[in-house]
Amino acid sequence: MTELVFHPGLVLIVGALLLAPLRGALRSAAVVALPLAALALVWQVPDGAAWQLRWLDYTLTPLQGDKLSRLFATIFALMAAGGGLFALGQKSRVEVPAAFVYAGSAIGVALAGDLVTVFVFWELMAVGSTLVLWSQGSGTSYRAARRYLMVHLLGGVVLFAGITGHIAQTGNVAFTRMAPDSLAQVLILIGFLINAGAPPLSAWLPDAYPEASWSGTVFLSAFTTKTAVYVLIRGFPGTELLIWVGLFMVFYGIVYALLENDMRRILAYSIVNQVGFMIAGIGIGTEMALNGAAAHAFTHIIYKALLLMSAGSVLMMTGRRKCSELGGLFHTMPLTTVCGTIGALAISSFPLTSGFVSKSMVSQAAADGHLLAVWLALTAASAGVFLHAGIKFPWFVFFQKDSGLRPAEPPASMQWAMVVFAALCIGLGVWAQPLYALLPYAVKYEPYTWGHVVTQLQLLLFSGLAFFVMLPYLKRTLTITLDTDWLWRRLGAAAAQAVTRTVNQGRKAFDASWSHTVTTLMAAAERRYGPDSRMARPWSTGTMAFAVLVLLLGYLLLYYL
Amino acid sequence: MNDPTHDHWLDRPANVKRLWRGFLVVLVLTVAAEGLVHLHPHFEIESVFGFNAWFGFGACAAMIVVAKGLALLLKRPDGYYGKSDD
Repeated sequence: MTELVFHPGLVLIVGALLLAPLRGALRSAAVVALPLAALALVWQVPDGAAWQLRWLDYTLTPLQGDKLSRLFATIFALMAAGGGLFALGQKSRVEVPAAFVYAGSAIGVALAGDLVTVFVFWELMAVGSTLVLWSQGSGTSYRAARRYLMVHLLGGVVLFAGITGHIAQTGNVAFTRMAPDSLAQVLILIGFLINAGAPPLSAWLPDAYPEASWSGTVFLSAFTTKTAVYVLIRGFPGTELLIWVGLFMVFYGIVYALLENDMRRILAYSIVNQVGFMIAGIGIGTEMALNGAAAHAFTHIIYKALLLMSAGSVLMMTGRRKCSELGGLFHTMPLTTVCGTIGALAISSFPLTSGFVSKSMVSQAAADGHLLAVWLALTAASAGVFLHAGIKFPWFVFFQKDSGLRPAEPPASMQWAMVVFAALCIGLGVWAQPLYALLPYAVKYEPYTWGHVVTQLQLLLFSGLAFFVMLPYLKRTLTITLDTDWLWRRLGAAAAQAVTRTVNQGRKAFDASWSHTVTTLMAAAERRYGPDSRMARPWSTGTMAFAVLVLLLGYLLLYYL
Repeated sequence: MNDPTHDHWLDRPANVKRLWRGFLVVLVLTVAAEGLVHLHPHFEIESVFGFNAWFGFGACAAMIVVAKGLALLLKRPDGYYGKSDD
């Protein structure tokens, strides 16, 4: 506690503010070096409380380390570095600093030892991510950012109410395991789940993320939902409700992604799908399941960033985002195609990719617990991931019909970012031990058995067959599919307009029928109480003393009655 | 569309046909491999022949059907929420 330990999250946040005015090569170097410095600092944080301070009547622990915290802080810092490299050519001067504030806050949540610190960084994340969205600059993204902020401020209020109630009940600010058995803890759980993209507000995610810039969405995909996964692992492991919430998210993500035409919105729905696997794992709650959820969050951040980098490259080079306008890009963007496909294979948990060694632990936990229904649902969902993200994304963007587009590969910094993340996807898939060593519990799991490889290949390849057999049903059209954001974009807006209209009409009707009476009354009041009226005139001291005497006498009389 | 980049080996129908044949062979091989490796199933249903193959295919087909059904209710034109301005 007395030794000097830097807070990696604060270093990244303060560094981001200093980064903003930098230009040229210095800026480029800082963009990559700053998150790597934060990463090095994450590994300096010792086990247990590193910073403590008294605040009001509570002992806060703004910096605390253990394996779980370090795992998430590590991947957040790594993601900030990769995202920064990818975004080197970003024209907006706000986006990368905002993204670093966002990433630093996510690290802050991961290393927080108490709920007050969690809340402070939680809200700072909402600010950072909104600025990332805003920096895209178009009216569409501005409006999407406003809706996004509204949902997150709502989530923040719910979380704050829950934390306040929890502290009032227990007198303890420490962030430890809770059970949703009273209102305060239920509110905390709801606050966490809103950020995880859980129903019913899940639509905030696919509504907002695809409206960021070509590099902004890469940052956005990583932090908010995965800090939610982290706080759920720490706060609510083994809460059975989470199994069903997770399974709902898994299938919701697949079905909506199948109907989607916007390439980055497909990937946004697939974030909800992937987070669903993690949340189901947290609900199962065994060591294997929690390891699986944590490992999957780690690998997911990398391959989802890679997928969105390839989509961002396509968006940047073609200016198009709809599957119905894309296709045939493999001709001139071979590297982007290969990297995007590696990301797609990793998200599908293909053997030799990172998804294979992480997601399978959640399924294994369901099998170990003899949860047949959960296991069958997870297996079906694994097939569905290949369908909606594993094949659909690369097929419609890079292959399918020839759109005639012949864009060049993106700039070198973007290519490098993709190559590094693709290498990580394969590296972790081939050699999982470094990742397993980082997990919160000891790993007693071997992903590469022949049985596992063969069954997984069967599952995925026959899903692939289903995709191509049923391709006519999957043809993309220029449509969107209504989601729950309809409630606040249409129903809520219509309700607000209806209320305004009714109130205005009521006022008009009132004015028409009562205006004469009101005017007369106002004039009478003006005569009596206005500045020139009898009441407003200065009164003599004698009159005042007499009035007070009368009042006091009246009071005396009433007192004895 | 006469630029040289158009003539990629993947653009020739004969090669696409070859890919399809290869894919089908691999499909058969993955199912046949069940006889060679130890599967250590956790549930009875996993022991049914080619479980992952037919379950994966069936699950995907079912999800596509559900998605199409949902689309009947919830599909809207692209500009439903107003035109995008970027």
